[in-house]
Amino acid sequence: MGTGFFSSVDDVSAQLAEVGYLASTAVATTVFLADRLGKPLLVEGPAGVGKTELAKAVAAVSSSRLVRLQCYEGIDEARALYEWNHAKQLLRITAGRDETWEDARTDIFGEEFLLRRPLLQAISGTESTVLLVDETDKADVEVEGLLLEVLGDFQVTVPELGTITATRDPFVVLTSNATRELSEALRRRCLFLHIDFPDPELELRIVKLRVPGIDAALADSVVRVIAALRAMDLRKLPSVAETIDWARTLLELGAGTLDEQIVRESLGVVLKHQDDITKAGAGLKLDQVLDAS
Amino acid sequence: MSAPGVTERLTAFVQALRAQGIPAGPAETVDAGAALEVLGFDDRELVREGLAAALVRRGGQRAVFDAAFDLYFPAGVGVPELARDDRPRDLEQLREAVAAALAEGDQQALAQLAGVAVEMLGGYGAGSGAGGGFSAHQTLDRLQPQTLIVRVLAAIRAAGGGSDEGGEFTDRLTRDEVRRRVEDFRGNVRTEARRRAAEVRGRDRVAKHAIAPAADRVDFLIASRAQLAQLRRAVQPLSRKLATRLAARRKRTTRGQIDLRRTLRRSLSTGGVPVRPAFRHRRPGRPEIVLLCDLSGSVAGFANFTMLLVQALRDQFSKVRVFAFVDSTDEVTHLVTAGVADPEHLGARILEEAAVVRWDGHSDYGGALRGFTGKWLDAVGPRTSVLILGDARTNGGDPNLDAVRAIRDRARHVYWLNPERRALWSTGDSAALAYAELVEMHECRNVQQLSTLVTRLLPV
Repeated sequence: MGTGFFSSVDDVSAQLAEVGYLASTAVATTVFLADRLGKPLLVEGPAGVGKTELAKAVAAVSSSRLVRLQCYEGIDEARALYEWNHAKQLLRITAGRDETWEDARTDIFGEEFLLRRPLLQAISGTESTVLLVDETDKADVEVEGLLLEVLGDFQVTVPELGTITATRDPFVVLTSNATRELSEALRRRCLFLHIDFPDPELELRIVKLRVPGIDAALADSVVRVIAALRAMDLRKLPSVAETIDWARTLLELGAGTLDEQIVRESLGVVLKHQDDITKAGAGLKLDQVLDAS
Repeated sequence: MSAPGVTERLTAFVQALRAQGIPAGPAETVDAGAALEVLGFDDRELVREGLAAALVRRGGQRAVFDAAFDLYFPAGVGVPELARDDRPRDLEQLREAVAAALAEGDQQALAQLAGVAVEMLGGYGAGSGAGGGFSAHQTLDRLQPQTLIVRVLAAIRAAGGGSDEGGEFTDRLTRDEVRRRVEDFRGNVRTEARRRAAEVRGRDRVAKHAIAPAADRVDFLIASRAQLAQLRRAVQPLSRKLATRLAARRKRTTRGQIDLRRTLRRSLSTGGVPVRPAFRHRRPGRPEIVLLCDLSGSVAGFANFTMLLVQALRDQFSKVRVFAFVDSTDEVTHLVTAGVADPEHLGARILEEAAVVRWDGHSDYGGALRGFTGKWLDAVGPRTSVLILGDARTNGGDPNLDAVRAIRDRARHVYWLNPERRALWSTGDSAALAYAELVEMHECRNVQQLSTLVTRLLPV
């Protein structure tokens, strides 16, 4: 049961912080539970809040290998689980022309001719593993069934080889942007974590960590403006990634403090739609033209 | 399970969640138990997050979960600590204390003061007797925390919190922050009032009535302003979800029908063996859609939401036209198209800029339908799906069934989405059942129902 990477919730926070991932209480608790109960972790939330980074950070602190399955529309079993290397099999058959069928048959369906795809990679091998299934919602429903089967008891049956069972259960993270409803069965199999935008205090720590050399007062006002923007009714709310980008931009521009001029000039870094920029300008009352004097 | 009574408390909690529409089954309860086993009970926040990880299954359910959690696993019993020793003596002192805590942004103090406020101002009836209870509304009404903003700003400025560089800009930011803090404090008061009421009247009863439902189960007709704003924000992600669903349905219907004639013709070149089968591709035209929305007071929220949703889905249809009416009809397609950028004022703009109200703002279905069939009947053709949105309350006027018949005879489909409960159809002045005999009428009370209807009804 479980992977046993961590000893307590505080231990999770401390270790993740060491590799530069600042976890909120919710994140740390859920990671600890996933680690202890041996259940996959389903992470949802807006883009750019660090869903994928979480899996990478867990892999880094537990010094596991990270196996990543990037889902896309039309991904199938051959891409996710395993397939036979047909070209190599044909070569093998032509190379051994004078042997009996029996010999050839047992040979060409051996380990050597198996192409391991991420899901099979994650459950074979003896080292500890973090399996990241990214953007699960992009995959079709059939793949979800496959995931259920594999994540259920971490074993896969290849007809010609028999059943392959994991010697060490991987730590599994599935991410989703909720573009499609994942099936109830898959949700039930996982622990659920919704990562939302961090609270100002945490975000300030993230900015200071990611943008070294930034002035404390400037970082503080950046986080405050971002919080004000998120309270508005925008089409795309700025995420943590945008906060960091913006802080870097301001640092490059050599801005010491925030004033309307600078905010208006660099708002394009934070917001991705023109009507959002207009609306934010009105909301922050940037539309009053400042006297240059 | 370790502590006695925990198992019972946990199962009661899961029951309450189920009643609020979070479908937690026995497997989830077992997970929750295992989570508690691992985490222990020392830190309430950890317990909260741990249970959420095991019991909550999607993002929108978290608010419901939190409210229920505060009821079933309260932070304390009775009046909070602060209230017992140096409690504020009267309303003025309490307001001072709240203002100071707001200026500090001190979460803990605010949570405690919320408890004190409920204790001092929120009790009604016999205080803690059977007929009494605690009311958040009454507490906030007497305390008026929103009037403290100026005082708090002054306190922050005096403390040198708002630095002078940046000047006015920082000031405005600070003001917004204080507003948000006040809003959070109001939330604290509500939680606290629920907790105290639960002590008096039993948890299960309070859970049934006092917890706000998840966003996609909020009834359109009784949604508050804040809830409507939340719904508007849900339009974009929801439309993406629905678009994927519609596209998937389209893909499925075009899969794998052999076109026998073409396959045989092809097989002539391979000696009669059908090596390359030819498939029949139905090229489905995307449907046209016409929305006819009642915008009178009670159902306006529902109509606005649906308009925005259909507009967000516009790439799924070959043509979208929107008509609105109260007592006369007007086309508002251009306003809806422009309204996506500013959904908040869409309803108001339609009422201002389109001729939908002629008399007194009471809906007149007969006149409005007559107006539509007289002027725009050519918008409806054999490829059009018409969605009529409204509660069918004619205020005693003529329902004008002939107009609906005329629309039905021209259109491919006509559906009527009614935001009222089915039980209320044709009570009072509602002509719902008369309309329902002519066209399919569906109850559509919340986002959940609307999204299933949209994916099920619309032709692919």
